[in-house]
Amino acid sequence: MASLRNNSLLAARFAALATSLLLAPSLHAQAVNSCLDCHSAQPDRLEVTPEKFSQDIHAQKGLTCVSCHGGDASNYDPDQAMSRKAGWKGKIDRKQIPQLCGSCHSNPAFMRQYNPSLRTDQLDQYHTSMHGKRLAAGDTKVAVCVDCHSVHDIRPPSDPRSPVNPVNVAKTCSRCHSDSALMKPYGIPTDQFANYSTSVHYDAMAVRGDLSAPTCTTCHGNHGALPPGVDKVQNVCSNCHVFQAQMYGKSSHFKAFQDKGLPGCVVCHSNHAIHMPSDAMLGTGPAGVCMKCHASGDRCDKARASILGNLTQLDQSIKDADQSLRLAESAGMEVSEARLSQDQAQDALTKARVTIHTFQPALVDADIQSGMKIAAANLKAGKDAMVERNHRRIGLGLCLLAIAFMLVGLWLYIKKLES
Amino acid sequence: MIASLIRWLDERLHLDELIAPFKHKTVPQHKLSYWYFFGGITLFLFMIQVLTGILLLLYYRPGANEAFESVQYIMTRVQFGWLIRSIHSWSANLMIFTAFVHMFSVVFLKAYRKPRELTWVTGVILLALVMGFGFSGYLLPWNTLAFFATKVGTEIAGQVPIIGKPLMIFLRGGEEVTGATLTRFFGFHVAVLPGIVVVLIAIHLFFVQRQGMSVPPKVEAEWIANPRARREMKFFPNFALRELMAWYVAMGVLAALAALFPWNLGVKADPFISAPAGIKPEWYFLFMFQTLKLIPSKVWIIDGEVLGVLGCSLAGLLWLLLPFLENEKSSRSKAWVTGISIFVLVYVIGMTVYGFLAQ
Repeated sequence: MASLRNNSLLAARFAALATSLLLAPSLHAQAVNSCLDCHSAQPDRLEVTPEKFSQDIHAQKGLTCVSCHGGDASNYDPDQAMSRKAGWKGKIDRKQIPQLCGSCHSNPAFMRQYNPSLRTDQLDQYHTSMHGKRLAAGDTKVAVCVDCHSVHDIRPPSDPRSPVNPVNVAKTCSRCHSDSALMKPYGIPTDQFANYSTSVHYDAMAVRGDLSAPTCTTCHGNHGALPPGVDKVQNVCSNCHVFQAQMYGKSSHFKAFQDKGLPGCVVCHSNHAIHMPSDAMLGTGPAGVCMKCHASGDRCDKARASILGNLTQLDQSIKDADQSLRLAESAGMEVSEARLSQDQAQDALTKARVTIHTFQPALVDADIQSGMKIAAANLKAGKDAMVERNHRRIGLGLCLLAIAFMLVGLWLYIKKLES
Repeated sequence: MIASLIRWLDERLHLDELIAPFKHKTVPQHKLSYWYFFGGITLFLFMIQVLTGILLLLYYRPGANEAFESVQYIMTRVQFGWLIRSIHSWSANLMIFTAFVHMFSVVFLKAYRKPRELTWVTGVILLALVMGFGFSGYLLPWNTLAFFATKVGTEIAGQVPIIGKPLMIFLRGGEEVTGATLTRFFGFHVAVLPGIVVVLIAIHLFFVQRQGMSVPPKVEAEWIANPRARREMKFFPNFALRELMAWYVAMGVLAALAALFPWNLGVKADPFISAPAGIKPEWYFLFMFQTLKLIPSKVWIIDGEVLGVLGCSLAGLLWLLLPFLENEKSSRSKAWVTGISIFVLVYVIGMTVYGFLAQ
């Protein structure tokens, strides 16, 4: 008898499930959402319009207000719709937000239904971050999911309108990190965004639209404290600047900086305000960095001066060759082979500038000499072309003289013939 | 020594009989006689083309992977290679220019009239073939401009109704402009076109020799009214020596252009890059290109480009048949033809200038 009753209960549940599955699409299409109907008319932060929510990736995937806030969206009686009995959670406490988001985003089986390629370790990563640690310690002013991703109109990061789209990340971070009042209790500077805005990385990202250029999260991580595979933020540079990092790793500076606890690349290149490196960094002027640590006239200063002198020499040689070739080209001379090998000279200069990170003048000089050889050959090609042009003009002059002579001779002959 | 050699040859070949017509041949002498020189100058430039073309053939290698490099080699490594290539390119342009001048001088001096209709027809066909020389030769250095100009040019040919598509595939050697196009353009340029052109030049010259030089109607009327005013000069040596002077002048202009403005090689063609902005064909195709650009994309139910290509073809055909459209006895018909000819000249010059200035 009991088993019969269990069976009929199972059958009833199955029938209900089947009916709901069959009717689900039509019900969804006609679904009422009392939350939005009321909240679209609410003032200030309580306002959530259907237009705004329709932009949200969650709404587009079929989730509703109830998915996060609980309650009964089909009921137009506010007391019943927002009753604890209906599971209404009310405004989510900031401290609970990562956990609430993580309830879905940390569930691989659930997330696979929507986006199989999306990572599901964000919450774990967040717990390792400074934001996560402070939140766990009770500091609710730190960033939680919605501070970066927005709320009720959360767009995927690939959407250019998303605050976590690579182009917008720096601006999003700066909303808090440039707020001196907010940052004051933590004792951290607020000039990062201002500095970053002057950097070569910002220029690549914001001006040239290169989405692979680094922004805040590239070095500092997004959900976690650091990007994967890096022990310290200062070592992130090697992820992109591989050769420079390899050479620096073998240099005398590497150990010296480590012993003194200096932050590697940052010592010379700064962190947020990383400007386009120039040979002037090796100089003794305002842009020079070597003499901030080294004494004038010491062994290292001599090496610096030697490297700088060689770099300047190669740079000038390439420019001279370039000018010579340009002159020849403007005279219509064919110097495309030399023009092509100018790229090789420029490559040698670039390579020398990378080799600087070994801080060994002999190695830098080897690159410089290979570039000098090519630049000298190209300069000669340009000059030879101009000499050749002059020969052509002399040849033309002689040819025109001969033609003029023939014309006069023919004319006189015709006159004689016809007289 | 030379005289005895000529005598030796004459005994065997009877050269005197061959030369006899030239000895008696005369050329009308009037204030417009200088227009007669342009046909000869065009012939001279064609001979320069043949000579420099043969020299270029010694080093040129057709093929997408070799053509550009071989021309680069000619211009930088081969002794006087730059001069030969530059003369070939400038001479080609000058030849087309003088051919146009020659054609319009024939039109306005009414030299196409009976009995010279066939001379005109062969001349117009020769001009079209010379333009074909220009189109096929332009691709041979395999540089970016040449590549895209060929792409656009063959696309226009593809707009001809019914035969357009097969014609385009035939010209390209496939659906796209590739190394196969270069190889067949090379074939057209150095074998097919020269063969036809040499035969047609021979026929054209035969007609000219057979019928003599045309005298402009006004001069002819003056001479009929006053027979004592008629002036003629011997073809040989009087006219031939003057023609030789004209050839020397052409040679001087050609040498100056080649030495002062060596023909640019450009950048090697890359089929995977987009066409350079504002790409235009060579100047002698510009009036047709600009015409096609100005036609709206749809005219009634007909595709604009198709209409343009058909219009240009029809205009070309009518131009070819010009002598047959004019009624010798009707002054109204002659005035019409003169008016149309002036319009064509103004249109060609105007559209070419417009094409140069247009963005």
